[in-house]
Amino acid sequence: MSRVHDMGGRFGDGAVIPDLPDAPVFEKDWHARTLAITLAAGALGQWNLDISRHARERLAPKDYSRLSYYEKWIAALADLLVEKGVVTREELRAGHAEGGSPLAERKLLAANVGAVLAKGGPVDRAGTAPKFKMSDNVRTIHPAANRFVAGGHTRLPSYASGQTGEVRAFHGCHIFPDAHAHGRGEDPRPIYAVAFPAQALWGPSADPRDEVILDLWEPYLEPAHG
Amino acid sequence: MPHDHAHDPDHAHAVLPSEPALRVKALETLLTEKGLVDPAALDEIIDTYQDKIGPKNGAKVIARAWTDPAFKAALLADGTAAVSEMGFYGRQGEHVTVVENTPEVHNMVVCTLCSCYPWPLLGIPPAWYKSDAYRARAVREPRAVLAEFGVTLLPTQKVRVWDSTAEMRYLVLPMRPEGTEGMSAAELAPLVSRDAMVGTGIARGPKP
Repeated sequence: MSRVHDMGGRFGDGAVIPDLPDAPVFEKDWHARTLAITLAAGALGQWNLDISRHARERLAPKDYSRLSYYEKWIAALADLLVEKGVVTREELRAGHAEGGSPLAERKLLAANVGAVLAKGGPVDRAGTAPKFKMSDNVRTIHPAANRFVAGGHTRLPSYASGQTGEVRAFHGCHIFPDAHAHGRGEDPRPIYAVAFPAQALWGPSADPRDEVILDLWEPYLEPAHG
Repeated sequence: MPHDHAHDPDHAHAVLPSEPALRVKALETLLTEKGLVDPAALDEIIDTYQDKIGPKNGAKVIARAWTDPAFKAALLADGTAAVSEMGFYGRQGEHVTVVENTPEVHNMVVCTLCSCYPWPLLGIPPAWYKSDAYRARAVREPRAVLAEFGVTLLPTQKVRVWDSTAEMRYLVLPMRPEGTEGMSAAELAPLVSRDAMVGTGIARGPKP
């Protein structure tokens, strides 16, 4: 079932506070540092983006709600570093290294930063032919949950689970996060943009003309009849 | 002036780093000692997203689309190829889709599950985009959220919210403001705000 990060449609969060026009990119120096350390640690190649997202999502709900955005990043990074054996719990506690690391040769160097960021990490892959075509009606699986691992990573939000929508675009085959976050390989699957009427999701309070579009992998979808 | 206690006697704590700042510093020290992180590389990453990559990139794309119909057609047909040609491909912008606002449709982008955002075009997302309130409410009551941003929709516009659940990154092509006829792409780009490209703003004409 869902985790705390799956908050689309939730009540109780109050107003959105737009920033001031001259707000800095990073409000605090440590925000910038956290982003940079996270990217640099990712470059060591011990996890992928889906594992990294899942590490934030599986912070305890109490922590997820209590921690600020970049605190979540640093907390999840520390978890990953220990889980993957990059640093030990003792080193983390002491704040000092007990020895070097065999991964040091993979260290991201300043001279390579530009090239690494420019290269990106495309997720489109060769894969199976799509089962659905444009304008098909599809129904999303219910509940929204990883079908491989209980409590595992998935990208079908709860609010769009068990809903009927219309296929608006086919994006080819992309790496399937539900597999990729759990050491099950890239497992590329067809992915579609699917449109849901706002009133189907939220009831009559929504404007009857409005809609929400999500990018959804084929395993999240079943044919909808009638 | 962090050490100038004389002017700020009641806020002695302000000279100390906040607790998360200490934790981040400790982690950086540890990873640096282990030879896993190069502090100069961290500086370079920060410099990139603080000064080099930001909404000015996206604004150049939009201004060009407003003034070059062939480019606009190419941009809407294959966003990734069109922005790559302008040099705006990269991390968190590997798969780009551009969606066009018209008198019939207003587009708005959110990531309810985390904070997905087209970095090479808009830089690092602002705090409100990453906030629980925006993530929770943009899909359920986009019109109320737009009102909080001071956006007034045309009575003819439906709202289409894009929840970035995958690696597709969305850029909104705002409507070109009235009173900008004859302006060049270079003159138009400063009129394209970041929020207009997320769909929580609209592009406004030059101030009279």
